[in-house]
Amino acid sequence: MPEKRVVLKNCGVIDPKDIESFISNGGFAGLKKAMDMTPSEVIQEIKDSNLRGRGGAGFPTGLKWDFASKAKGDEKYVICNADEGEVGTFKDRVILEEDPFSLIEAVAIASYAIGAKEAFIYLRAEYHYLLENLQNAIDQTKDKGFLDHVNIIIYEGAGAYVCGEETALIESIEGKRGDSRPRPPFPPSEGLWGKPTIVNNVETLMNIPRIMAEGKEWFNSIGTESSKGTKVLSVSGDVNKPGVYEMVMGSSLKELVEDLAGAENVKMVQVGGASGRIVPFENIDTPLTFETVLGAGGVLVFNNTRDVIEMVKKNAEFFEEESCGKCFPCREGTKRMLEILERLTEGTASRIDLEFLEDLSETMALTSLCGLGQAAPNSVVDTMEFYREEYESRVNDKVKV
Amino acid sequence: MEKVVEEVLNRHNNNTSILSVLKDVQEKCRYLPEEAISQVAEGLGVSINEVYEVATFYSFLSTGLLGENVIRICKSTPCFLKSCDVIVETVEKELGIGIGQTTEDNKFSLQLTNCIGACDKAPAMMINDKIYGNLTSEKVIEILKEYK
Repeated sequence: MPEKRVVLKNCGVIDPKDIESFISNGGFAGLKKAMDMTPSEVIQEIKDSNLRGRGGAGFPTGLKWDFASKAKGDEKYVICNADEGEVGTFKDRVILEEDPFSLIEAVAIASYAIGAKEAFIYLRAEYHYLLENLQNAIDQTKDKGFLDHVNIIIYEGAGAYVCGEETALIESIEGKRGDSRPRPPFPPSEGLWGKPTIVNNVETLMNIPRIMAEGKEWFNSIGTESSKGTKVLSVSGDVNKPGVYEMVMGSSLKELVEDLAGAENVKMVQVGGASGRIVPFENIDTPLTFETVLGAGGVLVFNNTRDVIEMVKKNAEFFEEESCGKCFPCREGTKRMLEILERLTEGTASRIDLEFLEDLSETMALTSLCGLGQAAPNSVVDTMEFYREEYESRVNDKVKV
Repeated sequence: MEKVVEEVLNRHNNNTSILSVLKDVQEKCRYLPEEAISQVAEGLGVSINEVYEVATFYSFLSTGLLGENVIRICKSTPCFLKSCDVIVETVEKELGIGIGQTTEDNKFSLQLTNCIGACDKAPAMMINDKIYGNLTSEKVIEILKEYK
């Protein structure tokens, strides 16, 4: 399946500093159409489009909006998650750089739909240099009278991967540590300051104006049975052409990494960043869908010269640093996981370490409070399945247990 | 210092967000010294503990003195695959400091960071808010000259 520009429609086409250039390219058609409908009709349209969240979890967007819309209370919030921290993911950066207006249009539609008078864009600290561009887009949109129903505020993070997790992000906007919250309650019923809140990823929101303008039938005609639309993928690592590619859902990983990004001698691909799944070369025909591999769409390619255990250890270092420390399985688990991988690379691991690693992975996946700890073992689990011999060969049988 | 923190607290008058206040204090003072933390705690009517737990949680906040320019070299896998270790070595050699250190003249602090979303330009680093990508040792030496 080919590349297709839905989300990135305006990227590289419009002048991101000038609202007129956005308008002359069809800008605000979605918002205008939404404002002519009732909020519940807008929500129904998004539900029927079968749009699912692009941040990794794939939750149906319309359903999330519906929950927040039906939740009790007048004070509701929309949050755009622009805390793109997943390793190897930079699609939101490109969107914010090249088409901030569509994002503002989307936030305006979402706010109208659920009845929010205030919306936040949570921008990661590392993207501070994009703030001016984004604020400019908000100001110009306001001047045109498109934001009379909602006040959009940019809230900057301060450097914490876990804040990409929606409940940690909410804590951070409340000015606290980014510790994730136990659920239920879920944010659509009790979110920011205890009020009904929807948190949507940048890319998810980018689909909204397109769906409103073109209609749910159009959106349903793109992609596979259960994964509609496109996915924006950030490709990096051992490739000739790293960058952002937008593919129709269901396109093969091979088409992306070999044909488009020009990868050669591929050993394995990690799809979904540090928390993503490992696809060995023999499975490179895997389609990119929610049911197979996707995550937030970070695609990291490793060639034949790379050492699997070394790469998994890099992942483990990342999670050990980024765990918020609130729940025990993640706080301790990420530490022990890294220690075992260090022993494997240093040649001091015993055979029982492999069993520990398997048990630990399962425990963390089942018992961690949020996605960080649940997904931290993914690359360990996958490589132990596909590259077992590399683990076995690192075991030192002289080490006493 | 005391005045600066007071100003920030006044500007945030009805706001009880510890993070927002700390971000502003750091912007003015370059880091969060002990006295500033106590003053923020008092101003917001929370315990010193509560302020510290926020101050030490976020990697862009610092309770230790930071130099005028903060260099953050990305060490996550995409940059690691593109030999970010060479970039680290070059910066260390050029500035005569190690990771987590600040030059004697307080001009530079050197840190490693996790993914900064510049993987298509790996290896990459940030100096203050600016991103530099597709780095080589030669390029890094030239970039540092601009800040010296």
